[in-house]
Amino acid sequence: MAESIAASGAEIVTVALKRVQFDKIGGTAGGTTGGTGDVEASGDAILGHLDRERVLLLPNTAGVRDAREAVFVAQMAREALGTNWLKLEIHPDARWLFPDPVETLAATEQLVKLGFVVLPYIHADPVLAKRLEEAGAAAVMPLGAPIGSNLGLRSRDFIRIIVEQARVPVIVDAGLGAPSHAAEALELGADAVLVNTALAAAGDPVAMGRAFRLAVEAGRLAFEAGLPAAAFAASATSPTESVTAFLED
Amino acid sequence: MSFLEVFEAHPWEAVRERVHSRSTADVEDALRRAAANTAGAPLRLDDLCALLSPAAAPFLERMARLAQAATRRRFGNVVQLFAPLYVSNECHNVCTYCGFSMLNKIPRRVLTDAEILAEADILKRLGFEHVLIVSGESERRVGTDYFERVCTLLRPRFANLTLEVQPLPAADYARLRRAGVSAVLVYQETYNRAGYARHHLKGRKADFVWRLETPDRLGAAGVPKIGLGALYGLEDWRVDSFFAGLHLRYLERAYWRSRYCLAFPRLRPHAGGLEPKVEMRERDLAQAMCAFRLFDNEVEISLSTRERPGFRDRAAAFGMTTMSAGARTNPGGYAEAERALARGERTLEQFHMSDERTTAEVVAALRAGGLEPVWKDWDAAYDAPAASM
Repeated sequence: MAESIAASGAEIVTVALKRVQFDKIGGTAGGTTGGTGDVEASGDAILGHLDRERVLLLPNTAGVRDAREAVFVAQMAREALGTNWLKLEIHPDARWLFPDPVETLAATEQLVKLGFVVLPYIHADPVLAKRLEEAGAAAVMPLGAPIGSNLGLRSRDFIRIIVEQARVPVIVDAGLGAPSHAAEALELGADAVLVNTALAAAGDPVAMGRAFRLAVEAGRLAFEAGLPAAAFAASATSPTESVTAFLED
Repeated sequence: MSFLEVFEAHPWEAVRERVHSRSTADVEDALRRAAANTAGAPLRLDDLCALLSPAAAPFLERMARLAQAATRRRFGNVVQLFAPLYVSNECHNVCTYCGFSMLNKIPRRVLTDAEILAEADILKRLGFEHVLIVSGESERRVGTDYFERVCTLLRPRFANLTLEVQPLPAADYARLRRAGVSAVLVYQETYNRAGYARHHLKGRKADFVWRLETPDRLGAAGVPKIGLGALYGLEDWRVDSFFAGLHLRYLERAYWRSRYCLAFPRLRPHAGGLEPKVEMRERDLAQAMCAFRLFDNEVEISLSTRERPGFRDRAAAFGMTTMSAGARTNPGGYAEAERALARGERTLEQFHMSDERTTAEVVAALRAGGLEPVWKDWDAAYDAPAASM
């Protein structure tokens, strides 16, 4: 896992709080901000492998079913891990793990007031994205397709609209199964992607990590360079009457 | 955060250079994007630059075809009609281009309740449901209390009330929203700060930033529709148009619940007598309109009676969606015109109108061009929730 993350060039790694073995985290978190806890030296099965000099740890609330649980878990995470960053995911739906928009908005409002840097996982819903932005979310994380599906950017048109309208970073989360999907998201103007299954389930997770890094870099470069428009028959073919000939000067 | 920060990051001269240096290839690229843009996505500011540039002039026919297609796709074959209702020509500003300027020796009027209702009756008879309430800028005599009164009188009589008066504080906009105002237009006149100072010599309007940040206050107050624009003829129209586009793009993201409209007034001769400093030909106006339509498929575009009938009748091809008809630009003008008509006299207006046709004639011309006039596209019921906000 650590090698794959390094190869991918990822700058943020999210960890489900429900997986953290809080009793095995060494040191004391002490305070609500600044303290990092001595996670690297810990015996936790996941955190022990993360190089926190190089990646930002982003705890997530996967497993909670409503805003109340999310706020409770978030406060626990801040105490234990010494970070006020939080990936907010609330999915009462056990089959698809789709995020609950009503609870997510409510939880974001509360968590922002409590001083958290909130990155909510949402459906690719442009109105919800704006509502969350207004509530103080630090970014929005719309899904490309159901979690773990590897289906790619099925929500493409709505992601495009979210990107157009957003005043906070847009991170495409869930469903990206191939480097080309990640490149597509970045070409659209998304600021980042979040990927797990595509790497974890790859034949060679380290090589796949590298492939994603290249894809993300290529996508971003293409966006910045300005993609040319694609169109057949660029001009009208019917020789109808001019619409400007009447102009006087 | 307001538009001021975005504005200050774009020095006028740098924008001028950016717009004037666009090449034919840049224009062709922007037109390809516009042609491919059947989903109605906004084009980039770079594309707007290209479409506004001198290099785009030879492409006007193609721009117009694309603008026409985009407009019909988004709005259908319709044009929204409205009538301005001038309630006052009192003004404490000295502006070089305006007939209401304080130094102009003209009779000043603030309409009484009875006079407002008389104007309303005439407009109702003509079929209007959307009314634009206009006044000069006189905080003392014609302030928020007065506008609230006007709205209370007009609200039961019309479907939609739009306001074009002096910039107000956000709290006043919230009050007027509750009184039934669903749209407010505040044109910047020019985004050239030095030029703005040269044209707005005295009065509250001389405060460039207060005016520039007005759409932010409108958005914050939850006004459903916000109007922007520049007065063409004061400074380089291409550069002013770019800033209007920059302003629009900023507002659409910041106040996403509101809709936006643009207007393209060209400086015309008026009672004060300033000739336009910067020439803008009819062809240039068409280019600016097309550029905006392709830049933003959603925005409403309005055209005033300053333009000649032949242009107005065909301007839907350039993206126009809204127009006034049979307009009078002096307070009490509709009633006065009826009386003057009987006596065969002329009246004193804010600016010279080129389209002096009656409402019925304008409607007939639209229909002849395959466009259906829309009289009503709002209802008082949509303003009711604002009362409980």
